[in-house]
Amino acid sequence: MTTMTDPPQESFRLSMLLNDTRYRSYTFQFIALIVLIASAAFLMSNLFSNLAAAGLNISYQFLGTPAGYDINQTLIDYSSQSTNARAALVGILNTLLVAFLACVTATIFGVIAGVLRLSNNWLVSKLMSFYVEIFRNIPVLIWIIIIFTIMIAVLPGPRAFRGDEPAASMVFDAIAFTNRGVYIPAPVWGAGSLLVVATFLLSIVGVIAYRRYATKLLYDTGRLLPMGWPSLAILFVPTLLVYFIMGMPIGLDYPVLKGFNFSGGIKVGGPLIALWFALSIYTGAFIAENVRAGIQAISKGQSEAAGALGLRQGRIMNLVVLPQALRVIIPPLISQYLNITKNSSLAIAVGYADVTATLGGITLNQTGRAIECVLLLMLFYLTISLCISAVMNVYNNSVKLKER
Amino acid sequence: MKKTVIFGALTAAGMAAGAAAAGTLDDVKARGTLNCGVTTGLVGFAAPDANGEWDGFDVAVCRAVAAAVLGDPTAVEFVPTTGKTRFTALASGEIDMLARNTTWTFSRDVDLKFTFVGVNYYDGQGFMVPKDLGVSSAKDLDGATVCIQTGTTTELNLADFFRSNNISYEPVPIETNAEAQQQYLAGACDVYTTDASGLAATRATFEAPGDHVLLPEIISKEPLGPLVRHGDNEWGDVVRWTLNALISAEELGITSTNISEMSGGTDNPEINRILGTEGTLGEMLGLDADWAMKAINASGNYGEIFEKNIGEATPIGLARGLNAQWTDGGLLYSPPFR
Repeated sequence: MTTMTDPPQESFRLSMLLNDTRYRSYTFQFIALIVLIASAAFLMSNLFSNLAAAGLNISYQFLGTPAGYDINQTLIDYSSQSTNARAALVGILNTLLVAFLACVTATIFGVIAGVLRLSNNWLVSKLMSFYVEIFRNIPVLIWIIIIFTIMIAVLPGPRAFRGDEPAASMVFDAIAFTNRGVYIPAPVWGAGSLLVVATFLLSIVGVIAYRRYATKLLYDTGRLLPMGWPSLAILFVPTLLVYFIMGMPIGLDYPVLKGFNFSGGIKVGGPLIALWFALSIYTGAFIAENVRAGIQAISKGQSEAAGALGLRQGRIMNLVVLPQALRVIIPPLISQYLNITKNSSLAIAVGYADVTATLGGITLNQTGRAIECVLLLMLFYLTISLCISAVMNVYNNSVKLKER
Repeated sequence: MKKTVIFGALTAAGMAAGAAAAGTLDDVKARGTLNCGVTTGLVGFAAPDANGEWDGFDVAVCRAVAAAVLGDPTAVEFVPTTGKTRFTALASGEIDMLARNTTWTFSRDVDLKFTFVGVNYYDGQGFMVPKDLGVSSAKDLDGATVCIQTGTTTELNLADFFRSNNISYEPVPIETNAEAQQQYLAGACDVYTTDASGLAATRATFEAPGDHVLLPEIISKEPLGPLVRHGDNEWGDVVRWTLNALISAEELGITSTNISEMSGGTDNPEINRILGTEGTLGEMLGLDADWAMKAINASGNYGEIFEKNIGEATPIGLARGLNAQWTDGGLLYSPPFR
């Protein structure tokens, strides 16, 4: 049986790199690699020699010098004497803020519109297809500008709130809608407020624990505990109790008209609202299509089987169809989140101070360091996009079909 | 200088600067048109008129240079640039010169490597507010929302002014003058700030210009002038002396009406040197002997250009002020032609 012997070990000869099919492909791949590296090196050296010839040198020293300009929305301390690096950081935080807000609302809009588009109600489904077609077929920059223009034209200026017979008044005497933004009351944290917050956080943990227990009980014994009102009770009752026991430590700082503008409270700037809303409804239209595709990918037999078990329409959607549809929905959803983040760079159209407006706009202009600023911007958007992809891929792995 | 197709396609506009640095004069002559960067539209300084022809104070400088170099004031390709794109356009060689209300500053001259050939308008940053706001001084603007055109020196001046006066404000950065105008009129900002000349030009286009006032404070020095790239001194000289010819022409009384008469020869040797009937100034620049005559013929001397586009008889209504000849108490002072 073991008459087969090992083939004689041929010693490797140089000519085999060309003549032997086992090695030939390596040869060509190696040559291709060398050519690629050489052309990249040529382009780089060309770039640097031309930059030097034009008297431009790459330097990042400008990041440490004072920026010299002011920014209207800063999540961290910033003044015109801060450095350009800090101005860039302010812009990065603003970008992340609007991208996060828009991702959340776009998902909500998208899921609602996508589900309703499959509704049996003719009017509802037609309205939703109208929404999807209108919003995704007009460029998002146009939407940003339209929404912003309508906002500044329709809402009153702060001046309209002044006088004995003001033309405009605050909603509930607490919220002011102006064409510069919406002013809402800000919480004031008094002594003991930490305890209230801690109780609230514990309540959230409590709600999760209760729901876990209820689910386990359902699976183990088949006994169905009510979910809705106990969750609400656990969430709010202890917090409210502690709040009153501690003597109402959390107050509200209402916005008041002072000088040219409202002061006090929290200002949600008009540019932020316009950008947030425009990105949400625009991307929401795309997400709606993803959701519809995901739902339609689930075989009709699934919902019919669920129906045969006696589940109601809402439960069929929530418990049977959507969890399976997520497998189809998540991957395109990732690219929609990336689109939101990248589209947020259109912020300068409405004067929102995102990173493209601070680092890639004013800093670039005032220092003239175009190449450096653009490289930094590319690095930032690349990093943030890869991070979003990574996080979403983790989530995708948790919902995708487990093959056993 | 290495030039490859891939290189051109791959690298940013700034890279080509070196390639375009030498011999702009020859390039312009070979091309037959002058590429001149102007604003995207600021009435009086540079804006297309009803027929789509560019017209204005800065445009006249472009036309004068085109006339001097090519003999034809209409041989100009106007490239509209924003505050953000103008320097890249010039550095990359997309435009041969920039005549766009650009403030001459140290860092633009030294760090960005441009050559300002002179000043064609002495300006300063001002504020415009609606009259019914009842504000009479910029120092009363504590807490105001201020619209600024982004990518200009005004942003930095504004921050400095409010900081040194210890008052607060909220900036609204805006890309173009048209958007700023819209936001200001809608009341989304209380104040609009830019160069005083730009404010006057913007106000002139309002439905009710009388409802808006310019505050008395001028918070900065803004010498506006045409600029070219560093490293091509011959081309810089052409633009510089074309501008000087326009200024000298006013000082010496050469106007578009009497220029043909004067070109026959006068008793004043400097006029003769400018108009090319004496000396070889044109040849030294690499141009025809009558280069300055053509430049002045394009739209008249400096004073005529000023009065026609932004002077007191126009809707913009700017007084000469600092921009009068030095003999009239202004700052315009051309070096001698000799």
